Amino acid sequence: MNKSRRSFLKVAGLSVFALSSGMAAAPGTAGAQIAPGSYGRGESALHAKRWAMVIDTRRFAGPEDYKPLIEACHKVHNVPDIPDAQNIKWFWLDSYEHTFPDDMNTYLDAKTRSASYPLLCNHCTNPPCVRVCPTQATYKMEDGIVAMDYHRCIGCRFCMAGCPYGARSFNFKDPRKFLPATVPNPGFPTRMIGVVEKCTFCAERLAVGQMPACVEASKGRLLFGDLEDEKSGVRQALASNFSIRRKPSLGTQPGVYYLI
Amino acid sequence: MYNAKAVITGILIFLVLCTSPFWASRTGKDYTKTGIVLPKDEKNCVENRDFMRAEHMRLLNEWRDEALRRENRLYTATDGRKWNISLQNTCLKCHNNYKEFCQKCHVANSVYPYCWTCHIIPGEKNQ
Repeated sequence: MNKSRRSFLKVAGLSVFALSSGMAAAPGTAGAQIAPGSYGRGESALHAKRWAMVIDTRRFAGPEDYKPLIEACHKVHNVPDIPDAQNIKWFWLDSYEHTFPDDMNTYLDAKTRSASYPLLCNHCTNPPCVRVCPTQATYKMEDGIVAMDYHRCIGCRFCMAGCPYGARSFNFKDPRKFLPATVPNPGFPTRMIGVVEKCTFCAERLAVGQMPACVEASKGRLLFGDLEDEKSGVRQALASNFSIRRKPSLGTQPGVYYLI
Repeated sequence: MYNAKAVITGILIFLVLCTSPFWASRTGKDYTKTGIVLPKDEKNCVENRDFMRAEHMRLLNEWRDEALRRENRLYTATDGRKWNISLQNTCLKCHNNYKEFCQKCHVANSVYPYCWTCHIIPGEKNQ
């Protein structure tokens, strides 16, 4: 047997190639679909390239005006009302200073300064919460919505530290204890102790062709639509009004616009 | 053989004890069924019975990921029927008796999934 180094390498190389190509051709089992059927989107689902909201604060006279919106949101999502610092916030109100801390105008008109502003998850284009989540429990969907998968949340609260808008709440207590015996919306789950939650832009409602609950309750004062569609209501409102966003200097590119 | 009587008896006893489960199963007593009560109004689940029995948990995981992460909230089964992907609003519509269906089998198999800390069992009152 007289095998040269050259012929040995040739055979070895060919064998490795044959083996690896064989393996590549074999069907992968790890990512395979389990269900024998197929998945798709509902016929009535609303689509957008980038969902965004425009809040016309000029048309709200005071904090009382926001109440029906908050109630609608909390009812649809079984959000409990915990009367202390551990409250769960999906849609809430705060002062001008807290809402727009970047604005340094000392001599702002009294009306703007004293008004209450509605706050919710901004569904940022560059969401810091998604970057810091170690389990991908929070993620950005292709339509711009920053969503949560509570099954996956381990309650580390990195996202709460990452979010510059305080839009995330931790369930320090079992939220069901703070809901009525029969939950407001039996068609939507509650959350459990130890997970973080936030506004979802009503992704589950968009999927069945409904507008978000707060938008529906606002009687046209909240606009919701596709930011990348020039003809959409939000784009037209932004084109014809002066609008601001929260903490623009951070570069998160919020998807919630305020008409002041 | 030293002490042959005791040794052989010992080995026999050992063998009988070792194989006792097999003898016990030979007595004809059937494996205890979980006694789950199937939904009355619906004969077919999303997919066939064997698949659902073996894979429902994996199917639910897949449904969750498809619905939450890819916005695919519609499942078309092999028989062409379309289902809205939702544990609470689709599965539990037929499987509305938690105690007689889910729980019986889960307890018999010693699995304790924590679906119900968030998903609402039909007719259940919290606390």
